[in-house]
Amino acid sequence: MSHIDFSFDPNWLDTLSAPFMANAFLAGLCIAFAAGVMGYFTIARQSTFAAHALAHIGLPGATGAVLLGLPVSLGLGVFALGGALVIGALGKRVSEREIATGTVLAFATGLGLFFARLSSSASQQMQSILFGSILTITSAQIVGFAVFDVVLLAVLAVIYRPLLFSSLDEQVAQAKGVPIGWMNVAFMAIMAGVITIAVPAVGTLLIFALVITPAAAANILAASPLKAMVVAGLICLASIWGGLVLAAMFPAPPSFVIVTISTLFWAAAKAVESLRRR
Amino acid sequence: MAERIQDAIVFRDAAIRRGDRIIWQHGDFAIPAGSVTAIVGTNGTGKTTMMKAELGLLPLASGSVSVLGRPAGSANADIGYVPQSYTSDIDSNLTAEQSVLLGLTGTRFGIHPVTRAQRARARRAMAFVGIEDKAPYRLSELSGGLRQRVAIAQAIVSDPKLLMLDEPLANLDLASQRAVAHLLARLNRELGMTIQVVAHDLNMLLPILTGAVYLLDGHPHYADMRKVLDSDLLTHLYGTNVQVVTTPQGDMFVTPTPDEPDGQPLDMHTAAEVAELHHHAHTPVMHAHGGNDTNPRR
Repeated sequence: MSHIDFSFDPNWLDTLSAPFMANAFLAGLCIAFAAGVMGYFTIARQSTFAAHALAHIGLPGATGAVLLGLPVSLGLGVFALGGALVIGALGKRVSEREIATGTVLAFATGLGLFFARLSSSASQQMQSILFGSILTITSAQIVGFAVFDVVLLAVLAVIYRPLLFSSLDEQVAQAKGVPIGWMNVAFMAIMAGVITIAVPAVGTLLIFALVITPAAAANILAASPLKAMVVAGLICLASIWGGLVLAAMFPAPPSFVIVTISTLFWAAAKAVESLRRR
Repeated sequence: MAERIQDAIVFRDAAIRRGDRIIWQHGDFAIPAGSVTAIVGTNGTGKTTMMKAELGLLPLASGSVSVLGRPAGSANADIGYVPQSYTSDIDSNLTAEQSVLLGLTGTRFGIHPVTRAQRARARRAMAFVGIEDKAPYRLSELSGGLRQRVAIAQAIVSDPKLLMLDEPLANLDLASQRAVAHLLARLNRELGMTIQVVAHDLNMLLPILTGAVYLLDGHPHYADMRKVLDSDLLTHLYGTNVQVVTTPQGDMFVTPTPDEPDGQPLDMHTAAEVAELHHHAHTPVMHAHGGNDTNPRR
């Protein structure tokens, strides 16, 4: 079919009231909370590249899980967590890690492709793992997301200040008695969880725009960590929900619209910043 | 307060090893409480390593080091630490006040809203270093000199007995260097803090130093300033020609550069500058420096 129709869909409200849409909106809420909170720390710890890499490290887990007949999220989560623990154990020395992380990222993506080619069902799922499929999120997945959010909140309530302190400067925090090794491992493990719940929405390739980009925009608009987390969460939520609504109105994949809105928020924040500097 | 400890830092036949290489050994000296001490030496002689050993962050290969009367690492709650390149590396969105507050609250697990008393202490620390008006600014918006002062405020907010700074003057312009040196003098004099500074350039710190640990030929030595300020020793220490110039206020050391024209006045502190550092004048006055480099850095 060569004819591409970009016309407005007058039945968009019917689409929005479908049950799969309700799931998508709920999933968006859970993801926005987790991404808003952890996006801030990811930027504060200068670990954005590691976060991006975790999603790719999860890819062979996801396609491998399909190969074995296991849930995609399980495989993704296990691989992301494994990668997170290795990166976390190696420490926060960014300069040394970038090449190692990038190499592992590329290898993992290749391995993901290999697993996908081994079975037709994994091959079919490849695109939704890479680019997300927020409209197919199940109720069971949403329960999992909500549980993760509660755990995230509980863990952060305990480690919030030491994690923030070690994000500012590891040496000072270490001298003052913060167990920086554990902070690093905890951070990376939580990050793996956030990746695992955010990949179903936009996929491993676009996850940066959902987890990091809103936090980057929020950092420009709000100075205090808590405010920045709230703003990041709201931008993330607006991106996902706005993406769902627009994707119902116009024939565009939700992932594309979500990432576009998030990017526009960031661009707007950057514009505000440059005006402020003038 | 506990009993007054005579020596803040005591090394006993200490040695530090990195892999197979001994960085330094036979460290056998004591630094008195209430002193302002510099750790000096050329690059790679283990100045930062010594500070990390004192903080218990690096193990000694042999011997012992005690700090504030306890084994290294166990008195860190009473130590304020400002690591090297703290100022240049940090591009944080935290505000100056939040950063200083972390010096009080950053090690606490669990939910602890910041109390009014903690906020007041943070304000006091910021006022002491002269940045109270910068409290709402983000670290990324502040200049290097101001960030250095935020770092010092964070280190002193918990009222430490000992303050350790690793190259606190590096990457700062002259006015900021003078301001930081002046601040260290006040911390020592007004709050009675023992201060230890890793430095490759002693000139700016000379008026306030009471002693120096110099790392020479793989051995650390401690001496009070009169003994350290010997031209031959300093020349040996830095591997470059160093002259000691005596002024009415005390000794200054300078390194003339080869491309300096003859008859050019040596770059050194004027009597007025030194007097100002000693007498706690308020606005630092820049004095005209020649283009010659006084850094015995290499």
